Amino acid sequence: MINRNLEESIFKILMKGASILIVGSLFLIVITILVKGLSAFNLDMLTKIPNGGFYIGKEGGVLNAIVGSLLIAGGASVIALIVSIPIVLFINLYINNKSALGNTIRLGYDILFGIPSIIYGAFGFTIMVYFGLKTSLLGGIITVALLVIPIMVCTMDEIIKTVPGELHEAAFSLGTTRLETSRLVLRQIYPGLITAVLLSFARGIGDAASVLFTAGYSDNIPFALDQPAATLPLAIFFQLGSPVQEVQDRAYAAALILTIVVLLISIIARISSKIFSKNIV
Amino acid sequence: MKSETIVNKKIAEEKKTITDANHNGNGTPKTEDGSAALVHENKDNQELIHSHITVKNLNVFFGNNHVLKDINISIPDKKITAIIGPSGCGKTTLLKSFNRLLDSTNGTKVTGQVLVDNEDVYDPKTEITHIRKKMGFLSQRPFPLPMSIYDNVAYGPKIHGLRKRKKLDEIVEHYLKSACLWDEVKDRLHTPATRLSIGQQQRLCLARGLAVEPLIILGDEPTSALDPVSSQRIEELFNSLKDSYTIAIVTHILRQAKRIADYVVFVYMGEIIEHGPAKQVFESPKEKLTEEYISGIIS
Repeated sequence: MINRNLEESIFKILMKGASILIVGSLFLIVITILVKGLSAFNLDMLTKIPNGGFYIGKEGGVLNAIVGSLLIAGGASVIALIVSIPIVLFINLYINNKSALGNTIRLGYDILFGIPSIIYGAFGFTIMVYFGLKTSLLGGIITVALLVIPIMVCTMDEIIKTVPGELHEAAFSLGTTRLETSRLVLRQIYPGLITAVLLSFARGIGDAASVLFTAGYSDNIPFALDQPAATLPLAIFFQLGSPVQEVQDRAYAAALILTIVVLLISIIARISSKIFSKNIV
Repeated sequence: MKSETIVNKKIAEEKKTITDANHNGNGTPKTEDGSAALVHENKDNQELIHSHITVKNLNVFFGNNHVLKDINISIPDKKITAIIGPSGCGKTTLLKSFNRLLDSTNGTKVTGQVLVDNEDVYDPKTEITHIRKKMGFLSQRPFPLPMSIYDNVAYGPKIHGLRKRKKLDEIVEHYLKSACLWDEVKDRLHTPATRLSIGQQQRLCLARGLAVEPLIILGDEPTSALDPVSSQRIEELFNSLKDSYTIAIVTHILRQAKRIADYVVFVYMGEIIEHGPAKQVFESPKEKLTEEYISGIIS
């Protein structure tokens, strides 16, 4: 009896410890970035592009990277959404869920999910070299889209599995086609879709390796798809590599901006999924 | 009227044996042969069978599991037919086979025919949406569509092409009244359907099903998730609807079957053991198994 109670309390401590560890690391990360980044943070960081001797510690900000990141992550999320929804509907509503085809597709996205982003970057780079393209906004968007599609498909696949069979029965018995039923299913998982998109967006905006060779880097704001685009993760990377202390601090300020963006997205995801779930059983 | 149905059924069964001979044994007629036989049959039977749903030699397999075995039955029109039997006997499968809802279940194989107004539900050429439209379906747990009360009822007519707002308003009001829900929801038609109580949700699902103007109502234990008062309302509704609709419900509540059924089908281990008018089945069952089930020896 004593042993079983002991076991119980040991595991309780382990569980609590793990929970504290994860929440604690979040706090540590945020505090580190705040402490290091706040000193270098100013309005110029948000509103100006690198100017003159930015990399030796003079004027300017990282607006180029903010815009580039938002465009790449946004564009990639839109493309990923357009590709993911048909995949998910196909494997869940159009073919036998447990068929060989369905399993193959699931295995496919599982493997893609696990591929490191640097490999997507290298792949994107190879393709671009093959077509004679230069690093550009479009290259970045497509590569990041490839990176987030498996994440989106996986999230949506999990969500769509939670839709009760009664919805299909209710819809089909009204004489709906599969497409009309699919639309109802999408309505049912709408909050989940938003979460999936925002998660993918957050993942896409934070990735450095995939955009390194494909989007390139530029001190200017990209105004066309064929122009190179800067991104926040790369801005952090390049600034941290600078020998100038002031520029290194700016890396933390850029990290602060990136973290706040991701944090905002997570909060929006939570709120919006609550708002949009009013119609759902 | 009842005796007439029995006679009709007997004739239908004789016809069936004749058509069986035409088929090639395994119950799945070749499309050409099958449809030819069907046309031929239509001419003879139209006068005789007053039944929207006729099941012929239906076999259903879930993988290697033989769930329904050689089912032959006609569901009498404008009556409440209760499909009774112990859990897992295949009664829900039988009900869902009527409008091919089994499609959505994985690894299902169906042989034989389900004729709805002389159209074979399992003929690949049949347009299933058009047949399903003839049958309203109530599931065990009510499942409102993820939209407002109004849109739930208007959804069916809308997908079948009705766009006029005024007409839709009329339809919504009419069928919510048919389902005895209008007075409770008329002031909040545009609020989410999920805010209704579960009993109201089931009546909403009924209204939604009626709005596509079906001839038949199928219920898969439609009261099993409801409280007694809501259940009673649904039963009353069925009673008032049976003058205009053919109703088939699955139930494992014998007392419910006794209360509302005109016709009873007893299914056991995937086979129809006995079917007939409720009074006869309950009071003087022909089969020993039926008697044992009704008296509670098996359940």
